[in-house]
Amino acid sequence: MASEVENPNRRDFLTVAATSWAAVGAAATLWPLVQQMNPDASTQALATVEVDLAPVKQGQAITVMWRGKPVFIRNRTTDEVKTAEDTPMGELKDALARNDNLPDSAAATDRNRVQKGHDNWLVLIGICTHLGCIPKGQSLGDNKGEYGGWFCPCHGSHYDTSGRIRKGPAPQNLEVPTYQFVADTKIRIG
Amino acid sequence: MAHHEDTYKPGSRLEQWLDERLPALRMMHGQFVDFPTPRNLNYLWTFGGILTFCLAVQIVTGIVLAMHYIPSDKMAFDSIEHIRRDVNYGWLIRSVHAVGASMFFLAVYIHIARGFYYGSYKAPREILWILGVVIYLLMMATGFLGYTLPWGQMSFWGVTVITNLFSSFDAIIPGLGTKIVQWLWGGYAVSGVTLNRFFSLHYLLPFVIVGVVALHIWALHVVGQNNPTGIDIKTKSDSVPMAPYAVAKDLFAMFVFVLLFSWFVFYAPDYLGHADNYIEANPLVTPPHIVPEWYYLPFYAILRAVPSKLGGVLLMFGSILIWLFVLWLDFSFVRSARYRPIFKWLLVLFFISFVALGYLGAKPPEGIYVFWARIFTIYYFLFFLVLMPIVGVLETPSPMPRSITESVLGNKSAEGTASAAARH
Repeated sequence: MASEVENPNRRDFLTVAATSWAAVGAAATLWPLVQQMNPDASTQALATVEVDLAPVKQGQAITVMWRGKPVFIRNRTTDEVKTAEDTPMGELKDALARNDNLPDSAAATDRNRVQKGHDNWLVLIGICTHLGCIPKGQSLGDNKGEYGGWFCPCHGSHYDTSGRIRKGPAPQNLEVPTYQFVADTKIRIG
Repeated sequence: MAHHEDTYKPGSRLEQWLDERLPALRMMHGQFVDFPTPRNLNYLWTFGGILTFCLAVQIVTGIVLAMHYIPSDKMAFDSIEHIRRDVNYGWLIRSVHAVGASMFFLAVYIHIARGFYYGSYKAPREILWILGVVIYLLMMATGFLGYTLPWGQMSFWGVTVITNLFSSFDAIIPGLGTKIVQWLWGGYAVSGVTLNRFFSLHYLLPFVIVGVVALHIWALHVVGQNNPTGIDIKTKSDSVPMAPYAVAKDLFAMFVFVLLFSWFVFYAPDYLGHADNYIEANPLVTPPHIVPEWYYLPFYAILRAVPSKLGGVLLMFGSILIWLFVLWLDFSFVRSARYRPIFKWLLVLFFISFVALGYLGAKPPEGIYVFWARIFTIYYFLFFLVLMPIVGVLETPSPMPRSITESVLGNKSAEGTASAAARH
């Protein structure tokens, strides 16, 4: 065609513009199909739970469900707290607190793993940071691992009495979820 | 190979009428009756047919099971028991489907090992090989998704562990891995939402496999089959028509295979599964010892052999993807390991490592088991990345027959073959 030879740039521009717009259209069509797989509104709505801690005595632990995940709540003995506080930072595999209530850069001291004034209460997401198993250590008869906290039987990760990774393949300390004390013996998670 | 002589003759007027409009029968005749197959194929060449049979069995039994199965976290576990106890012949169909998955993988491992031993990945079969690896990856995905559906403890925790593999990408870009995992789950943990989407995809993928298998067979029929000598078909005496020769051999092997299949179905339908999967999924209790299905164990052993989470995940995926790279890692011009005196034994050692990793993958990840898993993992990668390229350059191949015919009939016939070739 004469026009193509006379005005090639105009034709090229139309081709590129049309193709680009078609790509935008394809991406826009794909978006809902990808997005529908993300957590839906009803899943997101189950964002907070309140837990009454009064029945949990020193040395005992309970497990509650939050967002489909188990949350470990342990009322630690003074010995356990002291061991956790006295652990030198150099012995920790993960130096960050992993506490959603604190900035990301907070160090993994025991104080940074609990709420101020509630040193005995340790609240953790009970999911091994390796591949998502539930560590043992909540029941009295459980193997609590070499550091007296939790032990993940799947691939052998040991957590201490502050829920920090000490030995095994897990890369991070057990996560501390967002929670606050709404009363002396009551917390709201989420 | 695709261009061998066309000997199709329509037998009836109806066939002639059809042939002029859609020459499907002519194509089938040319590709599956008259198709020249090397005359020296051994029984390892029957597994392509067996695998096609396995795929058909899984699709037929799967479609039927889907008529009774309920993909919901409340009902899935019970509906499997309902199928086994109440549905007419449900016990049989479910067992065939469950055992069939294991049989499918057994056959595919033999098929892949055959390809490695006889150099079936070398030119001109590169595309054929790549399509094969793609099929294997699709099979792994399908098998994994399917194992979720009974919603037992192993289903649930297997999914948890395997989907969590992607969370290791948090080590590359913080938050990326978690995002991917939540997208896969449709929540903050594995739940009924996850089960529904896995059921949908488990139904879809076999048909994708059918499509890739069609391409695999197409590519095979363009370049022709490899054979135990690795030498190309040169003259007519090197090959026999597919029917009845190869077809009869394939069928015989398939019957033997079905005997083994049936033994498991009728005498040990649960032997290849795990007892914990008869406990309904419980998100609060992890079984003391999570193991995947037996056919994933070698890769699971590699995952656990590496002390770093991301490293383990990358090596595990790498251990399969590396199969694609043999195309560029094996420099030897000799296809068949039969004529490669050093490579042959390195390859046998590789097969032993693979089986040993399978054994170790089922053991607890501690002490001596981890030590040996590391040794075999190192050999696994050493074989591909170091030994294969070096041996390909340094090795002197042993003497090879001049043709397929000579390898079968000895030297006497070789003269006849040579003169036949000269006349050709």
